[in-house]
Amino acid sequence: MKSLTVAVEIIKGGLITARHFVVNMWFHTWRFLGVRTKRPGAVTIQYPEVRRDLAPRHRSLHRLVLRPDGKPRCVACMLCVTVCPSECIFVEAAEDPDPEIQKYPARFTIDLSRCCFCGFCVEACPEDAIRMDTGKLEVAGRTRADLEYPVEKLV
Amino acid sequence: MVDVLIVLAKIVLALTWFLLLTLLLTWVERKESAVVQDRIGANRAAVFGRRLFGLFQPFADAIKMLFKEDFTPPFADRVLHTLAPFLSFFFVAITIAAVPFGDVIAIGGKRIPLQVADVSAGLLFILAMLSLAVYGILLSGWASRNRLSLLGGLRGGAQLISYELALGLSLVGIVMVYPSLRLSEIVHFQGPNLFGFLPRWGIVLQPLGFVVFFVAVLAETKRVPFDLPEGESEIVGFFTEYSGLKWGMFMMTDFMEVIVASCLLTTLYFGGWQVPWLGAEGFQFPWGGTWLLPKWLVTVLQVGAFNVKVAFFCWLQVLLRWTYPRVRYDQLMRFGWTWLVPLGVVNILLTALVLVL
Repeated sequence: MKSLTVAVEIIKGGLITARHFVVNMWFHTWRFLGVRTKRPGAVTIQYPEVRRDLAPRHRSLHRLVLRPDGKPRCVACMLCVTVCPSECIFVEAAEDPDPEIQKYPARFTIDLSRCCFCGFCVEACPEDAIRMDTGKLEVAGRTRADLEYPVEKLV
Repeated sequence: MVDVLIVLAKIVLALTWFLLLTLLLTWVERKESAVVQDRIGANRAAVFGRRLFGLFQPFADAIKMLFKEDFTPPFADRVLHTLAPFLSFFFVAITIAAVPFGDVIAIGGKRIPLQVADVSAGLLFILAMLSLAVYGILLSGWASRNRLSLLGGLRGGAQLISYELALGLSLVGIVMVYPSLRLSEIVHFQGPNLFGFLPRWGIVLQPLGFVVFFVAVLAETKRVPFDLPEGESEIVGFFTEYSGLKWGMFMMTDFMEVIVASCLLTTLYFGGWQVPWLGAEGFQFPWGGTWLLPKWLVTVLQVGAFNVKVAFFCWLQVLLRWTYPRVRYDQLMRFGWTWLVPLGVVNILLTALVLVL
């Protein structure tokens, strides 16, 4: 009796995959013929050509926000450097001629090979100078130095 | 002279059909598994920007396999290590010679059977060649001089020999029912109708035998759920010490075995190249109508029917592969010896009973 149940379950399993095959091929065929069906034949997103939308709060590659005069808003207060858990931000302060601003970053480098994309720097920044809203996900380089992004690459 | 040329042409055509279908089957395997699992599957291989649903993937795979290093371990037996994949490949490739693709055709007064060699014991020939393929497995495991590969080879040998018994027993029923071991006669025998409407196919005459044969032949092809000899990624199998083209030959042998199994299932249980109600002159429907067709169209239909049936069984085997989990070794052995073999014997007894009555 048990073996009969097993045999029935084996056939049922085969029918499930067969059903998936037939249903998916049905949608694949209509899509191939150019008919808009209610769903595609597969759930796959063909990545480099088709991208799925990112959530508004998604954290991607950093961006330095500029003032209207074209310089970064950063005042080199070192808060992001302090809060960064992976210690990947390096800032060197220099004196700004404008007494209202006082300091600007002579050097602002993010080592993306160390960055863990936690977003703490964005939360810590009092000037809203750093954001992580570029939507760029493919950060890659051939050497470690390639991944140390200076100001020019971040604006 | 002409006869020799005809035979040569048939050999070339049959082998080309076989190897092309093998290549296509690797593609079918990838694509079908993808469709079953709601994916798309390999579709990036392109020639001149044309992707054609990834149909170039088998060729890309073949090129990759050719250029990979063919490494023979220094501790292996060089001669046997090289010989093993060729043995495996050869014994499976040669079985296609006995498979009937279609009826006898007449061209210019010559009668040409669409079959490379109409062996008088064709059924036994195919079975014998499939049994000899065990040597490739045992040899590859042994010649690797790797104790885990050797165990894999032994496991494979034990599995194949156990299931060969069930295979043979299920075929005894076939031998009892059909008048001959000649595959072309077996197919001819399945032409007429039973009770006036049911095609006299093996599946109707031997339903239990078909089930036993199907499961046993699945085990013979060494694929999921019976892929313990290989277990490509998890279990150390008999071809662990192989790489490059030699490894590729083992993989190709696997796919070729699937096609041979489909050919056997078609020929023995699903009427080979017979189309239901299609005679030599045309259709003769059981409800009384006839539809006369020219001779060449009948031949085309029959060869087409054979290909469709083989394609269906290839599809079914790939589907089964992507449905079931792998059985454990003790489950495999217990199933083979306590279910399939007794079922085969029961099938023989039932067939004998029906034949006597």
